[in-house]
Amino acid sequence: MAATEILDSNQYLTFKLDQEVYALDITQVREVLDYTEITKVPRMPEFMRGVINLRGGVVPVVDLRLKFEMEGSEKTVDSCIIIMELDIEGDKTYLGALADSVQEVITLEAEQIEPPPKIGTRLDTEFIRGMGKRNDELIIILDIDRVFSSGELGVIQAAEEIKPQDLAAGKALENNTAQEISI
Amino acid sequence: MDETQNFIEIYRQEADELLIEIEETVLEIEEAPEDREAINRLFRAVHTIKGSGAMFGFDKIVDFTHTLETVLDMLRDALLPVTKDLIDLILKCRDHIKSILNHTAGGDEVDMDYENSLVESLNAFLGQAEKREDRPASADTRKPETEDLEKREVTYRIRFKPEPNIFMTGTDPALLLEELKEYGDHEVIPQFKNIPFFDELNPEECYIFWDIILTTSVSYNTIKDVFIFVEDNCELSIEIIDNEVDYVYDDDLKRLGEILVERNDVSPDEINSALNEQKKLGEILVDSNKVDSQTLVSALAEQNQLKKVKEKRCEDKGASSLRVASDKLDVLVDLVGELVTVQARLTQLSSNLEHTDLISISEEVERLTGELRDNTMSIRMMPIGTTFSKFRRLVRDLSGQLGKNIDLITEGAETELDKTVLDRLDDPLVHLIRNSIDHGIESPEKRKKAGKPEKGTIKLSAGQKGAHVVITINDDGGGLDVDVIREKAVQKDIISKDAALTDKETFELIFAPGFSTAGSITNVSGRGVGMDVVKKTIESLRGAIEVDSIKGEGTTITLKLPLTLAIINGLLVTIGDVFYVLPLASVEECVELANSKSEQASGSNILNVRGDIIPYIRLRDHFGVEEEKPDLEHIVIADVHEKRIGFVVDNVIGGHQTVIKPLGPAFKHMKDISGATILGNGTVALILDVNALI
Repeated sequence: MAATEILDSNQYLTFKLDQEVYALDITQVREVLDYTEITKVPRMPEFMRGVINLRGGVVPVVDLRLKFEMEGSEKTVDSCIIIMELDIEGDKTYLGALADSVQEVITLEAEQIEPPPKIGTRLDTEFIRGMGKRNDELIIILDIDRVFSSGELGVIQAAEEIKPQDLAAGKALENNTAQEISI
Repeated sequence: MDETQNFIEIYRQEADELLIEIEETVLEIEEAPEDREAINRLFRAVHTIKGSGAMFGFDKIVDFTHTLETVLDMLRDALLPVTKDLIDLILKCRDHIKSILNHTAGGDEVDMDYENSLVESLNAFLGQAEKREDRPASADTRKPETEDLEKREVTYRIRFKPEPNIFMTGTDPALLLEELKEYGDHEVIPQFKNIPFFDELNPEECYIFWDIILTTSVSYNTIKDVFIFVEDNCELSIEIIDNEVDYVYDDDLKRLGEILVERNDVSPDEINSALNEQKKLGEILVDSNKVDSQTLVSALAEQNQLKKVKEKRCEDKGASSLRVASDKLDVLVDLVGELVTVQARLTQLSSNLEHTDLISISEEVERLTGELRDNTMSIRMMPIGTTFSKFRRLVRDLSGQLGKNIDLITEGAETELDKTVLDRLDDPLVHLIRNSIDHGIESPEKRKKAGKPEKGTIKLSAGQKGAHVVITINDDGGGLDVDVIREKAVQKDIISKDAALTDKETFELIFAPGFSTAGSITNVSGRGVGMDVVKKTIESLRGAIEVDSIKGEGTTITLKLPLTLAIINGLLVTIGDVFYVLPLASVEECVELANSKSEQASGSNILNVRGDIIPYIRLRDHFGVEEEKPDLEHIVIADVHEKRIGFVVDNVIGGHQTVIKPLGPAFKHMKDISGATILGNGTVALILDVNALI
């Protein structure tokens, strides 16, 4: 995927996860919150930390470090939650991401961005939109829609097991044709 | 331009409502063909669609509706009998108007061939009516006095006094006057006395009113119909001031009155009172034997009747008419939800601070918020009757198609439900009723053999029971066959061959995905919506569905739905360090679960409460909570599918007004949690779905 194809804004919010600098397209960032109490939701994959109250609305929060298979976040004074706006199966939704610290908003021109490297990152390169270069510093630009594409959030679905005692529902998986039921 | 768009939108909404009214009325007429009032109502509705359509440039609708209107006019004058063919045709035309309307809103292209065939059929009825008219023998269906009134030249005094804001509705009074002019000799006298001085004049308001003297052979109704779609926005009086035959009253007086009005020498009130005097004309007429008293009484009765109808409609509108976009209401409900949340915080804060004055204020706020919440919720409540009336048509059409004779009885149409629930209830109800018609009610021959009346009955009833609305669909058809269901379920591998099931459990199998007892899928029920989808929809509305059936006697399906979706009464509990809410409606009691007791029942997870054996689920284990458990746990006993089930939690906090917030698409596969809510301290609590937990 050529980087130029998908860039529609050249402003990025940079943040740190475990010494490395990451960036998000500014158009996908709604706001940055201080760390608040997160309510854990049971039976969720580990990276799904829970939900928070965002001015009366309920927003899920993920831990990007766990998502990218790093060690879990330690809470510090710099910890914060970046509220992102993304599309999940066509529904616009908010999602919070835990970051070690938020840096700044920077401008990266298209020529400062290179396609993601094939090797040498800890991340699945699929999640990387491009590598930004600024003052010899490498910035990993995330493709957040891909990170949390329906398939990825599908992990949540997989964690939900169909209960064996529900005979009828159990068969739903095998016999899933929308057939007419009649009395 | 926007303004026009606005009017067009209003017209569409109105037309939609009128189309619903037309459907209902037509079905009423089919049942009671003698109901003149219903026929009049039908005519008015169609006329309004046509009239308003003309104002907003819906020419297609006007063209098509015109023919229909002519046929209905014949019907109104009893020139046409009410037949099944005619009813069918009117219903088809109604559907066609709907499709034209949809087309203007960007829907599918209108089928012109179909339209032409409808118009042809309508014309055929017109021809039929004319033939009937030719034969004097058939004229006896007509009331002679009506005939008299219509054939004679009659002079009417019409006062048309539009409200100042008449232009805002997009009405052009000049067009109405033009329409009147076509009916015969006329004189239009505009009245300018209400026009204010120039500096006070608002050019967008109408200050003029008109007196029209019209001599015509058309009926009072026809004249009234000219004003039919502005009648709520104007003062309108139509009075017969001169009847050709009944000339015996003072000609000079009439002229004098007119002259006086023209010169503004006499106030309209005085003129009106003078005209009222003239009403006594009838008595004079009778005295002088020019008309027999019977004719007069019937004419007056007819007029009174119309007056009553109009008054009634005005009352109805006055009582219930305020059109509000539903998204505005949604915003209101959201705001009230947030207010309830803030109020909970205030209550918590004030009790923490132990400040007496603050506590009394916060209690006041709590009371007001509660009232505001209840009121806001009640705005969203709609009677289920509108949904019911749609089914009348469904039953009629389907039973006709399948050659069955079925009566639909509805009960409790006034029962109110949240609009969101109501909207989503449509599809499941349609499916259930289709099932009843297609598979439930047997053919007339079969019914006769079984010793039942040939006409089958489907009873649709609704009623409120506590915080729930219960809807039942009952048919007196063949009922469910336990053996057939069982055989089918085994064949489809849904149950094992030797599974021991009660009848009730067997009936439940029809909700299993992929289950069907019908040998073939008919076009009636082959819509791809199965009973499993019905069940899912009902459960997503936090409702429950139940089947009961007696073979040979019929089937009853019961739906139990919550009154509202947005706010529920909940029981706040903790597990580990997370707060959860259980819907209070299903909670029966809370008991302590001492360690010793739970050890006794170790492994079996069964509890003995006052002699009742209650199985329980440890939510702590179910959710994989790692924190250490307290010495004293609590068990909340809930009624789930009519079974008592215990849920073990760490602590029970108490009742909580729960504003339900959706968890969003990220958690849409999460079955145990139906939503979340914000607590007084600003943290989030999760709402448990007890039905999904077991």
